[in-house]
Parts: sequence; structure tokens; C-alpha cells
Amino acid sequence: MAKKPIGPVRRAFSPWDDPAAKPFIEFRNVTKRFGDFTAVDNLSLKIYEREFFALLGGSGCGKTTMMRMLAGFETPTEGQIFLDGQDLAGVPPYKRPTNMMFQSYALFPHMSVEANIAFGLKQDGMAKTQIAERVAEMLRLTKLEPFAKRKPHQLSGGQRQRVALARSLAKRPKVLLLDEPLGALDRKLREETQFELMTLQEELKMTFLIVTHDQEEAMTVADRIAVMDAGKIIQMAPPAEIYETPNSKFVADFIGDVNLIEAKVEEKSAHGTFLQAVTGDFRIDTIQETTAAVGDTVWYAMRPEKIRIAHGEAPGTNAVNRVGAEVWDIAYLGDISIFHSRVGEKDTLRATVANITRLVERPIAWDDMVVLSWERDAGVILTA
Amino acid sequence: MRSGPSWFNVTSLVLGFSFLYLPILLLVVFSFNESRLVTVWGGFSTKWYVELMKNQQLIDAAIITLKVAFLSASIATVLGTMAALVLVRSGRFWGRSLFSGMIFAPLVMPEVILGLSLLLLFVAMDQSRGFWTIILAHTTFTMCYVAVVVQSRLVGFDKSIEEAAEDLGCPPARTFFLITLPIILPGVIAGWMLAFTLSLDDLVIASFTTGPGATTLPMKIYSQVRLGVTPEINAVCTILVVLVTMGVIAASILTKRQQVQRERDERAAFGAAG
Amino acid sequence: MSTGTQDKPRRSAGGWLLIALPFLWLTVFFLAPFFMVFKISFSEVAVAIPPYLPTFDLSEGFAGIREAFSTFSFDNYKWLAQDDLYWKSYLSSVEIAAISTLITLLVGYPVAYGMARAPKAWRPTLLMLIILPFWTSFLIRVYAWIGILKNEGLLNQFLLWTGIIDQPLIILNTNLAVYIGIVYSYLPFLVLPLYASLEKLDVSLLEAASDLGCPPWKAFWNITLPLSIPGVIAGSFLVFIPAVGEFVIPDLLGGSNTLMIGKTLWVEFFANRDWPVSSAVAVILLMILVIPIVLFQNQQQKAAEKQA
Repeated sequence: MAKKPIGPVRRAFSPWDDPAAKPFIEFRNVTKRFGDFTAVDNLSLKIYEREFFALLGGSGCGKTTMMRMLAGFETPTEGQIFLDGQDLAGVPPYKRPTNMMFQSYALFPHMSVEANIAFGLKQDGMAKTQIAERVAEMLRLTKLEPFAKRKPHQLSGGQRQRVALARSLAKRPKVLLLDEPLGALDRKLREETQFELMTLQEELKMTFLIVTHDQEEAMTVADRIAVMDAGKIIQMAPPAEIYETPNSKFVADFIGDVNLIEAKVEEKSAHGTFLQAVTGDFRIDTIQETTAAVGDTVWYAMRPEKIRIAHGEAPGTNAVNRVGAEVWDIAYLGDISIFHSRVGEKDTLRATVANITRLVERPIAWDDMVVLSWERDAGVILTA
Repeated sequence: MRSGPSWFNVTSLVLGFSFLYLPILLLVVFSFNESRLVTVWGGFSTKWYVELMKNQQLIDAAIITLKVAFLSASIATVLGTMAALVLVRSGRFWGRSLFSGMIFAPLVMPEVILGLSLLLLFVAMDQSRGFWTIILAHTTFTMCYVAVVVQSRLVGFDKSIEEAAEDLGCPPARTFFLITLPIILPGVIAGWMLAFTLSLDDLVIASFTTGPGATTLPMKIYSQVRLGVTPEINAVCTILVVLVTMGVIAASILTKRQQVQRERDERAAFGAAG
Repeated sequence: MSTGTQDKPRRSAGGWLLIALPFLWLTVFFLAPFFMVFKISFSEVAVAIPPYLPTFDLSEGFAGIREAFSTFSFDNYKWLAQDDLYWKSYLSSVEIAAISTLITLLVGYPVAYGMARAPKAWRPTLLMLIILPFWTSFLIRVYAWIGILKNEGLLNQFLLWTGIIDQPLIILNTNLAVYIGIVYSYLPFLVLPLYASLEKLDVSLLEAASDLGCPPWKAFWNITLPLSIPGVIAGSFLVFIPAVGEFVIPDLLGGSNTLMIGKTLWVEFFANRDWPVSSAVAVILLMILVIPIVLFQNQQQKAAEKQA
């Protein structure tokens, strides 16, 4: 039976697959140079209305510069940026229909929570009663009602984060920009807030653009992720596709944990490709076809949870790929255990096992001889 | 490392601070001396202060000095704050290093050179010298101090706060008055106070740039000091020292109290959040 | 849409005004006056108002300036070179400033160190106590020493009373009094940057040294002192540079044979009314100070960059 890839993760929403869909935000061949340094390199990007889009990458990859160009704090060296059909060139930040939530929150320290939230509305010359209504609504939405009269320094980190969010949402911007919004929060609070963000985005029917270096955060909240490196987008796809079908070693390595096996193409057929590990220790049978020629060196990327590990034959599997190995390191993390096993002289494969039972008959121990096995569709062949 | 301060540290602090404060203390004590001989104690008296009140020349000089200090400090605060903003915010522009050089050089330039050069300028401009030329001169050298004080406040300023205001629809000029100025205000006030006391204090530059009819208090004090130590001068100095000290202490207590309140609030906020 | 490089920030009319106003002010009232001093140092003294020739006449434009240049005379500089009063003043200013800076350092280091190692709760108060004298009048602080140092002054009275001496010491109107005056007046300038660098020093470094078997005095020599060098340098510049051109201290505390260039300039200007010679004195003083000022600015800039 033919298998299908893991489906839509967050929700059924994929305007990018529709060639007729009009992009809401468009970067057209945008380049940004600071002196000799090219922060963004001839980059084009389309983001659709009501999409939750994530720019993901390490520091200095250009993701923050992209966001700052959209907000108007940086001017592109070359190229154009459109928002809702309007060319943003020459529009100063204070006239753009975008609002930003800053990494440092950038709350006005001399104003109360209320005044912070009302600030943007006042700039628009909104009537006082309307401002009061909107502020009350934002306070309710972010559960900040008891703190309305407080100054920022009288708030905890999580509360400050919510004020920053409320302030940037108050004006109902066409696009909300989130610059590493949760970086300063502890792990638990961060996870909670991620779900709150998703709910808010659904409720307010707005377009969100988030910049983050945290891949888990991007995978949790975003409809689509653009993985960036050195001013270029390396891969742009929904989270599941990025994770299961990375297009390069960089993406495979950047997102999650991966086994990267250097291998040579041994045989190509209509049903897939046979690879031989360059160490010569084992063969890999895959369903994937490749553009690489027989004899070429490629990389086989396989997620650790796709590998089964067992004493002798793995039970209940007819996986075609199997190889003998010796366990030399085990990390027990509670929910999962990670096994590092040596295959031959040089290769080490990581396998993760979910600890679905509390007790096992025969636990795998250090120096045990085991069999590692995986399906033909467990990994992907990478040429870049 | 150690449980308490070592004897060496305590000794050096006691000696150092005695050295700093003993001369001023003696001056204050001897302003209350009954005897005209300033170094022989002849009993407690406030007669020199009474005498002072009758000295119209001295009072006139004090009034001129205060006016000069107030006006020059106020102009210098505006210009110095602008200069600080330029140093921290304006990025690169033509003549930037010249600009920062002109801000920092007056801080270490000998006063005789500043005074002489300004005088020659005023002469070349055919400007009659007096009250206003002293103000121009004082504004010029005190604005550099203001710039340095405000700059140190601006350096620790999170620029994204201003960006946030712009992002929320506030144009740059309004952002400065609504956001930036209130936040750097303590620095601006400290700069004004510094400019005020520097102007109050200055002898050399004022001597060069003054004209007939504009004698400042330091010039008056100087001309009398040259003739020897007198109890009246001790009394004038005491009043000045007490005024300035009270001002500085009041300012620092206010800042300190704000800071303590702030820390308490922050602790409470984080404590409540768990 | 604009193409090409745009390194410079976008700047509105207000942004330009912000730069232009202080820039213009300083150019007119700080930079231009130096050219005046320079120019007048080449003129001749005259019985006139202003008391020098030729005067500068801007109305004649460029021709007038060229005319003025052609009448420039180096007589004032020749005069400075011939009369040993001047170069002795320069040398003695530098010497007095250097010795005073050294003494200030010896006095100030223990104070700054004591402050930096004091309990945290005391530090703001100690810091304020160091800054406070800086706010009170310079003139008054120098004046206070006259009553202490003179022959029948408080110091001599005290020493005579304790029996340490039986003849009053002559301190006022000597170079020693000038040293005391400079050290006293400029001590806060040295202590502040020094304290800043000592306070930043991580105590765990000394603990690590101690843990590795280094006795405290050696730890001071090998760790504290080298790490406080930026503070020492900044503080020394802040004392040395203004001390070279000091006028009030040598005038009030020094004697007739205390030669300092600030005083010489003052006398030349106010007593002799020789503006051209005082200008020439100022030009040479400036040339002497340019090197330490540039060094100081470089050091400050480096420190600022490190901080950023």
C-alpha cells in the first residue's frame, strides 16, 4: 500500500499551493548590504493573508533584517517590498500598517500598562471612548486586567511579554511582526505562550510573521517556515515537510536531530535507489529516486526515531535495512532514550526509542550487540 | 573572600576622605570665628555673615553669577543634549570625528586657552564684552559636560523603545518628546546641575571674557583672596559650599529613593509571578 | 525604488538640524577662536584697541586674509625662544604636572581600591563622597589650603603644638604647596575612573588565584594591578592634562619662583597687556598638550568600543 506524507499539521490552510492566490506580503529580489556585509541576498518571498509565517535561522542569517525592512527600520539596498499590493518604498515606520513585538519588549518604562497599550491608538487620533474600549479588550484578551495601572518594572517577565503583545495587537495591524517574542521566557511559559499565540492569530484573523532561532517554536506555531542561512532562504515549506523532507544537509542538521551517512550511489531503479555507506560497512535500500549518478557520493539523512533498535531481530518488522551494531552510549531522558551505536569502525548511528512502558523484559545495555533496522522510506538522499 | 573590610582598606578610605574634607570643614568652622585672625579661634560668632549682608558689591556679584549660571546652564543643556543625541544616534556623517573631538577637547583644555581664545573671538567680532559674552563662553564649555553626562545615559538606552514608538505610528520628533526625553530626563537634569555649578565656579574663563560692569562672584573672591584670607570670604565660601552640598545631596537622595522603590517593585513583581 | 548602497541612516530635516546646531555652535565658539589665537600670535603688540596689529578685516575677503598673512611676523615666537622665562615655564609646568599626577596616583589608588572592596551597601555613599567636592567650588577648595599651609597656619600650629617641629615650616608659596593643591583638587578625577575599573574586576578572579596558591599581595600585583591599568591611564590623563595649564593653584599657593605656563600667560595678558605674546604662549601650550589629548581620546574611544 502506498504511503502518504504526514498531512497538514496545524490546520487545513495552504494558499501557497494555489497559483492564483494573491500574496499579502511580497519581497521581490530584496538585497540588503551593511557596508561589505550582505545581510539579505537577492531574496524573494511571498506570504499570504492570515498565514502564520516563521523565519528561522541562526544569528546573522538575515532573518531579523528581513523583518526590520518590512517594519521600515531598514531600507533595502535593492529590490522591492509590497504589502497588500502597496509598494512600501519611502513609507516611514510610523506610517506602515505593520506592528512589531520587540525581542526586548521595548515597553515604555515611564508609562503604565494601559498607557503602553493605548499609545499606538492615540497616535492614530482615535476617540477617547474607543481607545478605552480597545484597551479594555486587549487587557482581557491577554489576561492583564489586574495590572492595568502598573508600570513595566512592576511586572514579571511573562506579564511584560503579554503587555508587549497587547500593545502591538491593539492597532489591529495588517501584519504582526514578532521578533524572537518568547526568547526571554522559561521553557514552560514559552510553550504555553506559543499555543496562546496560535489561538490569538486564529481569533483575530491576522497575518503573523515570526522571527526565531528556536526550531521547536517555529514548528509549533507556523503554517510555513523559511529556513535562512547567510542571507538566503535554504528551504521554505510547512513544518512537517521541512522535518521529513529536508532539501539539504544544512536544513536536515539545523532542524532536529539527524543521522547523516556519507554514501555512494550503487544502483538506480524504478523502485528506488541502493546506496553503499562509504565505509563499506552496510547498504541502504531506499524508495527515493535521485538525480545523482551511479558512483556519486551523496548523504543519507535519517531521523533517529526512524531507526529501531533490538537485540537480535527487531520484532514485528520486515524492514529491509538492517545492520548489526554495538551500543556504546545511552542517554535516558525520561520520555525517550537515545542510543549511540557503532556500526563497523567509523559510523555511529543515533536511535531514539520512546519509553512507552515502564518495565521491559530485557533492557538494552552498554556494549550489547544489537540490530538497527529501518524502512525503505525512513530517510532522504541529499546531494547538497 | 574576607568577612569584612580589611584594616588597610579602612585606613586608606579614612585618610583619603579626611584629606578631601578636612580643608573644607576647617574653612566652614573658621567662618564662625569671632576673631579677625582667621587661624586663631576667638569664640563663636555669626558676625561675618551679618557683615556679608551689608556688602552690596558682593551681593551684586552673586546675583550676576547666579543669572549667568542659570542662563548658560539652560542653553548648554539644550545644546549638550542635542550633541549627545548626535554622538549616540546620528550614525556617520561628514565631520563626525571633528564633532566628537570638539565635544571632548574642552573637557581637558586648560581654561586659560579657552578664555583667551574666546576673548580674541569676541574682540574680532567687535562684540562689547560683559554679561552676555560670559554666558556665551560658559555655554560653550559647559555644554560639553552636559553632552558627556547625557551621552552616558543614552548609551544604556534600549533603542528599540524608540523604534516601538515609531512602529506604533509616532513620528520621530514626537517620539523624542514623548518617549526619549522622559527616559533620559535624570541625565539631562544632572547635566544642567553640573553646568550650573561649573558656571558658578568659573574664575578663569569669566575673567577673560567679562567686561565692565560684569564682575562675577569668583572674580570678587579671587581679588580678595589675593590680599589674604579673611573671615568674610570664609563666610561666602561656606554659604556656597552648603548650598551646593544640599543640592547634590537632595538630588542623590531622590534618585536613591526612586531606585529603592523600583527594586522593591521589581522584586514584588517577580515574587508574585513565582 | 532606490538602488545603490545606502549605508547612512535616513535623516529628516529635523535630524540635520539636530547635528547642525551644536556643530555650528562649537565651530564658532570653540574651533574658530583657536584660529584667532593662532593668527594673533603672529601680530605685533600695539598701543591700540584691540592692542595688536595688524587686525583681521574680514570685509576685504580673501585678499585681506592674504594681506594679513604677508604681514605675519614670527617675532613673538623668537621672543619666546630667546627669553628663558618661557621655556622654563613650559618645562616646569610639565614637571609639576607629572610629579603631581604621580602623587595623586599614589594617594588615589588606595582610596579607589578601598572603595571598590568596601561592602556593596557603602559604595554609592562613598562614590557620592568622592564626587561631592567636585561640585563645590574649585577656587574655594584651593583657598581653603592657604589658611592651612601658611606660616602661622593651622598645620604649623598643630605641628608646633605636638612638638614635632619647633620652627614653622615654610610650605605656602613653594612648589610643595602647588603639589598639594593639584593632588587635592584633582583627586576625584583620578579616583573615579580607577574605581570604575577596579569595581568591575570580578572578585572570583582573586578567589581563583588564592585557590591556586597565590598569596594576596602577589594576586594584587599579578591580577588586580594589570586589570586596573585602563583606569590608571584614564585617571592620570585627567589629572595631567589640565594640571599643565593650571592657573589658580600656582597663583594662589605657589611662590614667585613657581613657574607655570598658565600663570605666565595670565600675567602676560592681564599685567603686560601683550596679547600677541600671550597668544603665542597659548599656541605652544596647545602644541604641548595635543599629544596627550589625542592619546587620551584614543584610549577613551577604545574603551567605549570595548563597552559596546
